Amino acid sequence: MTSLIAKGVALEHRLHPTNLEVEAGQLVALVGPNGGGKTSLLRSMARVERAGGSVEIDGEQLDGAGEARLRSLLAFLPASREIAWPIAVRDVIGLGLERRDDTRIAELLELFELTDLGTRPIDRLSTGERERVLMARALAARPKVLLLDEPLSNLDPYWILRFLDIFRSAAALGQAVLVALHDLTLLPRFDRALLIADGRVQMDETPADLTASERFGEIFRIREDPNGGWMFRPRVDPRSSP
Amino acid sequence: MRALTVFLLLLAAAAHFLLPLGSLREASAIDPGLARLILVELRLPRTLLVIGYGAALGVCGAALQAIFSNPLASPDLSGASSGAALGAVLGGYWLGFTQPLALAACGAAGALGTLALLVMLAGRKVETTTLLLAGLAISLAAGAATSLALALAPSPFAFYDAFDWLMGSFVDRSLGQAAAALIPATIAVAFLLLRSRALDLVALGEDVAASLGIKANRLALEIIALSAIAVGACVSVAGAIGFIGLVAPVAGRHISRGHPGSAMLPAAAVGAILMLVADLAVRSVPLDRPIPVGVITALFGTPLFVWLVITMRRRLTA
Repeated sequence: MTSLIAKGVALEHRLHPTNLEVEAGQLVALVGPNGGGKTSLLRSMARVERAGGSVEIDGEQLDGAGEARLRSLLAFLPASREIAWPIAVRDVIGLGLERRDDTRIAELLELFELTDLGTRPIDRLSTGERERVLMARALAARPKVLLLDEPLSNLDPYWILRFLDIFRSAAALGQAVLVALHDLTLLPRFDRALLIADGRVQMDETPADLTASERFGEIFRIREDPNGGWMFRPRVDPRSSP
Repeated sequence: MRALTVFLLLLAAAAHFLLPLGSLREASAIDPGLARLILVELRLPRTLLVIGYGAALGVCGAALQAIFSNPLASPDLSGASSGAALGAVLGGYWLGFTQPLALAACGAAGALGTLALLVMLAGRKVETTTLLLAGLAISLAAGAATSLALALAPSPFAFYDAFDWLMGSFVDRSLGQAAAALIPATIAVAFLLLRSRALDLVALGEDVAASLGIKANRLALEIIALSAIAVGACVSVAGAIGFIGLVAPVAGRHISRGHPGSAMLPAAAVGAILMLVADLAVRSVPLDRPIPVGVITALFGTPLFVWLVITMRRRLTA
């Protein structure tokens, strides 16, 4: 079943008009070089900026929907982990809910192993811990679509794997999960991968097909290392050589 | 904590309304009607005005701090109070308005002007230093303009006359004047309180708030306009009183567990308590002429302000 339909979403100078459909329960990776448009695509779909086009989730238009509806339709996790006020961890998670629900908050604290930090102000946590709190906030209202901008960037290996597991469980519950990330070794854990560069979706494949293609290497300016992993391609411009 | 705040508010309000009891007793000994007259015509407008002004400062301070994401944004430090004073002085001594409501409108216009200038000068997402410097510059300019407007005013008594209220005074305000301050302030405060949920969500970051349909820029405009109305109306009647708009929100956020928007209601209560206590202090000083309320709040507010700056610095360096 199609969950998210974006038609012609666009941001001036950053994102060309883009169409995208995501199935419910699909785990989608967004990869691409820096400045390619991953964040712009997520932000324009979350309607954070006055973006062109339209986005509907389960047949409901996002533009003009009220807070309560939006909360049940989507959650957006921005790349910034800054919270301006020293709000306690459990209260930050509570802000993800329409009404205070202590059972749900306790459940999320447990899931993200934050129970002991529940009363601590969020500004006294490490970046990785803060990321877990903000992820818990995003999941709190069980939205149909999760738009996550680099949720794995500050996590230790244990938590990267736990987050991927949490994404997979969310997908199993029918939530569509879009994740911008840089670690290409994690791609096989996704159902679908979008390669975004120069403000366009350049490729939309299964992760295996994506990484195997020549174009993928060209856009990222990398190639597979015979010893495993990736290596960068030397720049063609002779002036750049030392 | 909430119950204690409410209790203190009721206690302070009752004390403000009834103390000193001696004069009431004397008056009722002469004529029971006289005591009633004192309570209804003198004490009631004063108590209501004090509560309303204190509450408005608490709410506006909390709202401005929430939308600027900065615990030092407040009606006084942003220059809004000075702007309101300038507006009221111009309206009263130059344009010749005598209607309290017209003066309140002038005060609101002045406050709005300074807040608009602040946003133009410093922007909304500003670091503390820029905000303080811009606010200071605007306050100084507005203060100088107020003095100039009084010095050059057609009435030779303007300066002397204005001293009585510019630094804050609740002496001999009529019910009409109280209404001119309280009606616009109450309406503006009510609209501000309706935005407490939205301001809480802005704490998650403007992008998250936007994804929930809350546009921070529009919210900021609403907060600024509503604060200008509330502060401007109160300043035009009772003068510019500092520090309560800065300190009450800190206590408010303590009660709301850090939520900047939900802090508005408790900040209103704390602001009202502080103002009641300050005015009680002014009344109980055994001097033959009244001390401005603003002097009392500044005397007690300055150490709190210093403490706030120190804790902020600690948090930044931690």
